[in-house]
Amino acid sequence: MAGKHIVIQDMEKVFKTRSGDVQALTKVNLDIEASSFISIVGPSGCGKSTLMNLLAGLEAPTGGTIVMDDKVVKGSETGNAVVFQKDVLLEWRTVIENVLLPLELKNITWFDRKDKKTNRDMAKELLQMVGLEGFEDKYPFEMSGGMRQRVAICRGLIQNPTLLMMDEPFGALDALTREQMMYDLLKIYSKFKFTVIFITHSIEEAVFLSDRVIVMSPRPGSVLKDIKIELDRPRGINSRKDQRFIQYVDEIRSVFQSQGVLSEV
Amino acid sequence: MSNKMARSLSVVLTLLGLIALWELLCFVLEIPKYLLPTPTDILQRIFVDWAMLVRHSGVTLVEIFAGFGLSIVIGIPFAIVVVYSKYASQAFFPILIGLQCIPMVSLAPLLIVWFGFGMLSKVLIAFLISFFPILVNTIAGLKSMEKDMFMLSQSLRANSMQVFLYFRLPKALPSIFAGFKVGITLAVVGAVVAEFVSSERGLGYLQLVASSKLDVTLQFCVIVALAIIGLGLYNLVSILERMSIPWYKASRGGE
Repeated sequence: MAGKHIVIQDMEKVFKTRSGDVQALTKVNLDIEASSFISIVGPSGCGKSTLMNLLAGLEAPTGGTIVMDDKVVKGSETGNAVVFQKDVLLEWRTVIENVLLPLELKNITWFDRKDKKTNRDMAKELLQMVGLEGFEDKYPFEMSGGMRQRVAICRGLIQNPTLLMMDEPFGALDALTREQMMYDLLKIYSKFKFTVIFITHSIEEAVFLSDRVIVMSPRPGSVLKDIKIELDRPRGINSRKDQRFIQYVDEIRSVFQSQGVLSEV
Repeated sequence: MSNKMARSLSVVLTLLGLIALWELLCFVLEIPKYLLPTPTDILQRIFVDWAMLVRHSGVTLVEIFAGFGLSIVIGIPFAIVVVYSKYASQAFFPILIGLQCIPMVSLAPLLIVWFGFGMLSKVLIAFLISFFPILVNTIAGLKSMEKDMFMLSQSLRANSMQVFLYFRLPKALPSIFAGFKVGITLAVVGAVVAEFVSSERGLGYLQLVASSKLDVTLQFCVIVALAIIGLGLYNLVSILERMSIPWYKASRGGE
């Protein structure tokens, strides 16, 4: 199964507020290859999340178009899965019920699938893959932040997505959990081979995970730099020691320095 | 668990101690029975007039249940309308909030003129007084869905009926139950006060009769009956709450 091919043309987004119009995004042009892993980095308020919401069809652009697999995006498309910064688990549902939610909403049963696997079996497999075997019947409040976000990822994966969008999914986690989540995400990516759009403000995270890093300018957001990351896959702890990894990180950091986003005393 | 048992035990022992102190003080200070009966006097009287107390309690209970049930049946759909309709929330809701400031018990004499001395006027007072907390809490609960959750529901392409059933309503349940707890306590007040105004049956009526005969012991029996009814109903709602939203209390580390 292949991922989605995405073409963004002259996309703009203007928010109307009481104190006048705010230009969130201006003239964004991107061509995202099918099944590639793209990270978008930028300072807070640069419109990264807006960009993702537009791609996810949760908001409409005020200019330009988004085309996915030759179809213009109008609203939330099938094959899209979104993981937010907050896990947004439903507190009243157990772990497995949370994972099953998308299928329930769409009335998808084993009958609709070729392999005739039951929904529960599928959810169990996914939870096992992220190391949550045996937690199926726990409630979200009984779990740690990292575990909850894993459940949220499983809730995305059960939709069998061709495009996975993640908006700072590890932003609320501690550093160690965060690193582990990155390894887990790479494992999932190599298995599913969908297109991934990963929003982050961590330069290292972006370089480590991606095939391409899009660097965005402060508001109004636009593409400052588009860097291809040529590190070997599969990536692991050693990839961080790679000379090229360090160079990529430096390169992106210097872009932010030149923009005044980062400055030394 | 043992911690919980130790706590209930300490409550029971303290209560028994206080009752013993009451008994002792009545005896030592030689307080006459027509001013303050002793706990044993009250217990004895409850035993003697058991059938009468139960009969009047039954009447009051029916009024409470009918009034409280009515405020659920009307309050929750009403809250949904207020949340979903712009007209209702902008024009109607402020008026309701204003009406809430009228002490509902002051309507009792009027309702008795309109609906007679029977049960209906008492049910209506119990309803009016418990309606607002249920309405207001349900509205607050239905409005408590965060933007993130709404975004999630949209990304999953949930239709508006699904957004309501899968997200909004369960999210509102803790708040709705908070409204029930206030409502049931107020329904007891409403029913008794309405009986005070004019009635031929019920604990409020019994209380007035006892008062006119200067039968203080019987008055205490009525108070005991009302305390048991109030506590029992509140706990009933709590048990229902724990059964229907087990994830809530636990997630807040309470009890």
